[in-house]
Amino acid sequence: MLESNRLSTSHFEKFVWLGFALVLLVAPWVFTSNLSMTMMSQMGIAIIACLSYNVLLGQGGMLSFGHAVYSGMGSYLTIHALNAVGAGTLPIPVSLLPLIGGIAGMGFAVLLGFVTTRKSGTTFSMITLGMAELVFAMSLMFSEFFGGEAGVSANRVAGQAFLGITYGPQRQVYYLIAVYTFISVGLLYALTQTPLGRILNAVRDNPERVEFVGYNTQMVRYRAFIIAGFFAGIAGGLGALNFEIVTAEVVGPARSGAYLLFTFLGGATFFFGPVLGGVLMVLAFVLLSEITKAWLLYLGLIFLFMVVYAPGGFAALIMTNLRVIKAGAFGRLNLAYAGLLVSGCVMFGGASSLIEMIYHLQLNSSMDTQLAFAGMVLDTGSKVTWSVVIAITAAALLWFDWQRKFFISQWELVQTDIAQASQSGSAS
Amino acid sequence: MSTSPSLVLNDVHKQFGKTEIIRGVNLSVQPGERVAIIGPNGAGKSTLFNLISGRFAPSSGSIHLHGQRIDGLKPFEINRQGLSRSFQITNIFPKLSVFENLRCSVLWNLGHRYSFWSFLSQLNDANALAHEWMQRIHLDHKSQELAMNLTYAEQRALEIGITMAGGANVVLLDEPTAGMSTSETSRFIHLIKEVTQGKTLLTVEHDMGVVFGLADKIAVLVYGEIIAFDTPEKVRANPRVQEAYLGSLEEQGH
Amino acid sequence: MEFFFISMLNGVSYGLLLFMLSSGLTLIFSMMGVLNFAHASFYMLGAYFGYTLSGVLGFWPALLLAPVLTGAAGAFFESQVLRRVHKMGHVSELLVTFGLSYIVLEVVQLVWGRVAVEFLPPTELQGPLFTLINHSTTGLSLVSGAGGAACQSADATVSILCTPFPATRGFIMLTALGMMVSLWWVLTRTRAGLIIQAALTHPHTVETLGHNVPRIFMLVFAMGTGLAGLAGVIGGFTFITEPSMAATVGSVIFVVVVVGGIGSLSGAFLASLLIGVLQTFAVAVDYSILNMLNDLGFILSADAKNNTMLMLSISQAAPVLPYLLLVLILIFRPRGLLGKHDA
Repeated sequence: MLESNRLSTSHFEKFVWLGFALVLLVAPWVFTSNLSMTMMSQMGIAIIACLSYNVLLGQGGMLSFGHAVYSGMGSYLTIHALNAVGAGTLPIPVSLLPLIGGIAGMGFAVLLGFVTTRKSGTTFSMITLGMAELVFAMSLMFSEFFGGEAGVSANRVAGQAFLGITYGPQRQVYYLIAVYTFISVGLLYALTQTPLGRILNAVRDNPERVEFVGYNTQMVRYRAFIIAGFFAGIAGGLGALNFEIVTAEVVGPARSGAYLLFTFLGGATFFFGPVLGGVLMVLAFVLLSEITKAWLLYLGLIFLFMVVYAPGGFAALIMTNLRVIKAGAFGRLNLAYAGLLVSGCVMFGGASSLIEMIYHLQLNSSMDTQLAFAGMVLDTGSKVTWSVVIAITAAALLWFDWQRKFFISQWELVQTDIAQASQSGSAS
Repeated sequence: MSTSPSLVLNDVHKQFGKTEIIRGVNLSVQPGERVAIIGPNGAGKSTLFNLISGRFAPSSGSIHLHGQRIDGLKPFEINRQGLSRSFQITNIFPKLSVFENLRCSVLWNLGHRYSFWSFLSQLNDANALAHEWMQRIHLDHKSQELAMNLTYAEQRALEIGITMAGGANVVLLDEPTAGMSTSETSRFIHLIKEVTQGKTLLTVEHDMGVVFGLADKIAVLVYGEIIAFDTPEKVRANPRVQEAYLGSLEEQGH
Repeated sequence: MEFFFISMLNGVSYGLLLFMLSSGLTLIFSMMGVLNFAHASFYMLGAYFGYTLSGVLGFWPALLLAPVLTGAAGAFFESQVLRRVHKMGHVSELLVTFGLSYIVLEVVQLVWGRVAVEFLPPTELQGPLFTLINHSTTGLSLVSGAGGAACQSADATVSILCTPFPATRGFIMLTALGMMVSLWWVLTRTRAGLIIQAALTHPHTVETLGHNVPRIFMLVFAMGTGLAGLAGVIGGFTFITEPSMAATVGSVIFVVVVVGGIGSLSGAFLASLLIGVLQTFAVAVDYSILNMLNDLGFILSADAKNNTMLMLSISQAAPVLPYLLLVLILIFRPRGLLGKHDA
């Protein structure tokens, strides 16, 4: 019985990989605009970066605040290499340059990782923060390598064209990124099926126990750190090719924070979570930031909410709901979900009105007080408008919390039933 | 018996700040011997285990395993020399399955080390050994179950499995039957006897029934010193031991 | 000579400010095991609260009220958010404070804008506390307040060098010392302080004795963040009040805590002073390796003279120094200067 299970899982897995490759291949024909092409290219890069980050966070239990150091140094070395290719001093095809980024990321991980992984837990996190600040501060000092304020730029149409591919058009860069993404995702998945990958999980769960089965936990974490650095470097290298410019913010704390935020949001406990996280990262940075100035505030609030109520991220939410759907119990949650949705929308509407009104006040106070928002006109000068919005938001907050508790009680009932059903199923 | 002892403690002292917990322990355990360490609360039994297994280093004195000095070494170094321990508070890998738990404990000793170029599913030796141990601790029907979802007794069995599967021949069991009912305890003792055959065993125990049923020799630890180390019958008759254990009862007018 | 003395005082005052921040961080960490990633955010909140309140109520009431408000915000966060993730482990606690740092930054930018605000010290604290005057003929002398006319020299052969010590800096030192004394007094001489000390190492025992440990946690968190707020008010008008002030000081206090030894208040004190003095001196020293080689009499090639690394002066390298110190400590003394055990 175990054998047939294994076979059917591997059929499913092959299907998933094939589907993934297909999506990567076909996407440019479905989403044809320039904006889509740019976003998809960035998504590939973000997916690799977040997956590499999750080797540390989700698989190793190591919370790093400085992962951008490794992707950033990968970017810098790649762009310098690209310039060298353009000048004719480096006879390497452009397609292979991201590997240089990977080696750079790996090299820095070897260098900095030994001291960093000496400690675990909160101290590890603080060390990564300190290292990140160190590199970021250095980037402002050594302007020859880091390019100072203007950064370092290069032309990716350099060297010999490979089968007519010059990487001039964005579409060509996208396919290069797609190839690297597919291979990187594959390799990183393979890592989870190896002894190192499994022991890394054990170190995450119980580092003390791991020592008592013969493993040096620091060595395990150091090796994982190096692997994560390699793939971060690849992502950085691809970024250098994609944007043709690298500035100091690629090693900065904001980027490290973004990796953390979106890997967590995507879901650190499932392999595909960071893939989702990478997609969300690009959507947020490119689209959401256009819609509202307060996007980082919304992001922070969602993040906070998820840490407290959904620490497995969106991936876990999807998977647990799939499980409910599979058990045929989803209908029982319809009312609870509906309540959550409605109260959530009202709360969100109220809160965002408030936030937009405050922004309007701050930026346009000299001009008009009318704010056009979501098809309504809000008078930021009117005390009545303010009171109404605040009251609605406060009430919606309470209502949402009540709905949340209701949802959880319904959810627990469903979960208990599913657990009982599976137990009686396995007993028979 | 002229074979060299498996485990020797030589005048081991341990102090934390100004408090001396272990005050000169001497112990010599022969290969294959089963020693139970008993003593009143606070005598330092857990500390002794922690010293032997490398969690702390002794303040002075030496500890030898198979003739090699192990005091001051890190836990993984001591484990690699053939000593393994279980914990009083269950110390397993909660998010891994039963099978994965056992597989993790055999990987190093089988030489797979930090390999990231071979797939776990292809490691026949590791998989076979993990299966074997699952059967020995009677958990093969729950092989895919996450360790955190097992019952308490099952988790304790898994704990023993992880301790033994690595192949160590000197085993420290820290209160293996802690928290178990009487029936669970007797079944568990049976399991321990089965899986630790031929190994050198040290266990800390409070349950006297377990002690007298399992041990060849008993070491009595009181206030950081071993006041008796002998066969169960001789220890039972030892006046110092009686005073340490029964003296308080006499004071209460028994 | 005066430069050394004044820089030393400046360095010590900056170090004491860092200590006001890192002591709160250490208290919270020792008690609750939580590393408050958003600690510098409360520093920023204190500055902004101080700025707004001093516009409405005047400076001195603002000085009292802003830290209280900041502590209240901390208490609110602890009771509503942090408490819920306590059982999920340290990573979740760290993540929650990380998220808070984003939110506070965005809210500050939302309410007060993205540009620095003009938070000025009160008239009593403007100008120098005292001035050191180095007169080429009469020598060194100390004058309270500004040098004024004494700094002007009518005679071309006489040079007068005036080095002022700002009153705001002196105020930092005063407040920090006051804070240290009151903290020590509260912790060791009051009943509440004794309970806090006990809860620091044995929270469960304290709970069984009938004390409300969650409330104590909230109190300690409020105290720590309130201290940060106080530092914020003072730092706000001494240095600058802008949205990036949290990030600037945030990473430095983490370095302080690790270098000093996690969980050690005296270590935090030592490390704060060390880093404060180091940075203040470094920023003022315009000396590079190139200068040193020249002074030692080496003849250098044109290439060497243009080498960026050799030309790098200490003042340019100043921002990196705390992090270099962090790396060195981690390599050679991982438990920090006064840490009790390996972090």
